Amino acid sequence: MRRYVPKDDVQKKAYYTDRYWVAPQVPKAKVSSDKVFAEDLKAIKAAFKVFDAYIQVEQMVIYIRPEDNFGVLELMKNKLDYTQLSEMSAVDFLADRGEFDIFYQMLSMKKRKRIRVKCAIKKEEAIESVEKLFRSADWSEREMYDMFGIKVNNHPFFKRILMPDDWEGHPLLKTYPLHGDEFAAWYEVDKIFGKEARDIIGPEIRDDAAVDRYDTKRFARLGHEVPYGADISKGEPAVKTEYQEDDGVFLIERFEKDSSTVITDRDR
Amino acid sequence: MQVKNRLRPFFENINFDRKDNELILNFGPQHPSAHGQLRLMLHLQQEQVVKAHPDIGYLHRGMEKMAENMIYNEFMPTTDRMDYIASSSNNYGFALAVEKLIGLEVPRRAKVIRMMLLEINRLISHLFWLATTALDIGAMTVFLYAFREREYLMDLVEDYCGARLTHSAIRIGGVPLDIPDTFLPDLKKFLDKLPQNIKDYEDLLDTNRIWQMRMEEVGVIPTELALSWGCTGPMLRASGVAWDIRKEEPYELYDEVDFDIPVSDKCDNYARYKLYMMEMRESAKILYQVMDMYAETSTELMAHAPQYISAPKLDIMTQNYSLMQHFVLVTQGMRPPVGEVYVATESPKGELGYYINSQGGPYPYRLKLRAPSFWHTGILTDLLPGHYIPDVVSIIGTTNIVFGEVDR
Repeated sequence: MRRYVPKDDVQKKAYYTDRYWVAPQVPKAKVSSDKVFAEDLKAIKAAFKVFDAYIQVEQMVIYIRPEDNFGVLELMKNKLDYTQLSEMSAVDFLADRGEFDIFYQMLSMKKRKRIRVKCAIKKEEAIESVEKLFRSADWSEREMYDMFGIKVNNHPFFKRILMPDDWEGHPLLKTYPLHGDEFAAWYEVDKIFGKEARDIIGPEIRDDAAVDRYDTKRFARLGHEVPYGADISKGEPAVKTEYQEDDGVFLIERFEKDSSTVITDRDR
Repeated sequence: MQVKNRLRPFFENINFDRKDNELILNFGPQHPSAHGQLRLMLHLQQEQVVKAHPDIGYLHRGMEKMAENMIYNEFMPTTDRMDYIASSSNNYGFALAVEKLIGLEVPRRAKVIRMMLLEINRLISHLFWLATTALDIGAMTVFLYAFREREYLMDLVEDYCGARLTHSAIRIGGVPLDIPDTFLPDLKKFLDKLPQNIKDYEDLLDTNRIWQMRMEEVGVIPTELALSWGCTGPMLRASGVAWDIRKEEPYELYDEVDFDIPVSDKCDNYARYKLYMMEMRESAKILYQVMDMYAETSTELMAHAPQYISAPKLDIMTQNYSLMQHFVLVTQGMRPPVGEVYVATESPKGELGYYINSQGGPYPYRLKLRAPSFWHTGILTDLLPGHYIPDVVSIIGTTNIVFGEVDR
């Protein structure tokens, strides 16, 4: 029987799993254990709904409603001194719970603290742009759209950023295979030569370990290795090739092929 | 034979479709001073830029996708290809992120060696920046001098790990090798000469009329804009914000060494240039102190955590359990705990962050690379309008962007 491969997550899977193994957790601390974070959380909680909050690896993580993202970040920027949005992107949990996790990595230089604001959105939902607060979100949100297909409302210039504009599919989705899909394999052929050239050119080889041993154009002798010293001329007469200028090159002694010795005995 | 294709013939660089005398200049992606595959669409009025639109993605290799399909140790050489000018910094950022995720403490000697590598990489990167930027501006001499010094440093790294450009010199849990005997004397010899070398560059550039004209009052980034665009590193410090992660959120032994953070409130290209020069001196200062620390450390190089890190080679070759552990770690990979982590380090370009979301498997569930150059490229949108075409070149130069990490 063919092994079952889930279609909603085609990324590489561990080939060995112990069914009794319970994965340990990165320890989480209570927010009350840190005074600065506790105050920040209080200020946020006063105005917005916070589902969960904890401290993990020295940073506070808070879960908010996706429609509050602009408000929370605005509050953090203007009232709580979180002046920089270091990073934002998404994590694809579509296979597990049909949602994307979007995270905003905030930095306060005054307090020397970092907070990760997280929210979950459903597949077809869009999120509000925070570009008006942080210009850096301009490119981050474009990248998030490019990689995950998450739409962002009220973005000033919403288009792909890393992939070509006419690309189909969003590469960081768990449903997107590592070596690209059907579209990716034919993209360049279709675009440059047209679909009618597909038969002549063939799909792009996206398997980095692929070896075509009968390909004589690119790696001429790959797969046709012969023992050392074997005659590979196939009866063709040898052509004398000279690569140096007849008169020699200034300061370089002319290489005399006939007067030099070719070592054939390897165990000499 | 020329094969007929569907690409429409077009004029490469100039769009003749003019609207109220506005010209669209297509700068790059193959432009010598674009520092890689940067394509800039510049809307020009005469020679003045009125609108700039950076277009990236020409070097996109999908590293984040690759990371999701690789075990943690396997991804280390890929990080080299991000900021390939200072690859150990990328290795280090990733190693530190995984160590924080696992909760590992690295032996002191490994920390010392990592510090040396990081600062050597910073010097390499800054020298490379100086060389290429000076070359963009037209100062060929500085290019040759700075590359000479960079060569010595690359030789040092080669003595350590055998590689010159893509080092992979750091492992999760420590470093793979101890430094060779010649390393410290050679480094000291280099550092003793470095102040004179930096002074030579400054003598050539500081009061050079052309250099000043191209640098002073050009590419002014107001503090607000720099913060808003997520600028970090010298880009932010030249805009008057004293923020260096080595100082503010110290990692490794940076809290034990004494060094200064040069800051400038001039906000222009020249300020950035001065910062790079001063940072090189600070790096040398750090290196002197770290060299003294080396002698007092014991010989362990890798953390002891059999669940995650292979035992030393000697144990693997002599002890059965270590060999089994090593076999499992190489074939299946380590499985860090479930959780997520964002770790920022100060790479030569700015804040290099790794966000790792682990679901307990041998492959990261999600890995986000926060590369400083990405935003330093984005800021060109707001920075270039108002400048003239020659300024575009010097501004791209001082932003110190590397396309390996912009596109990832």
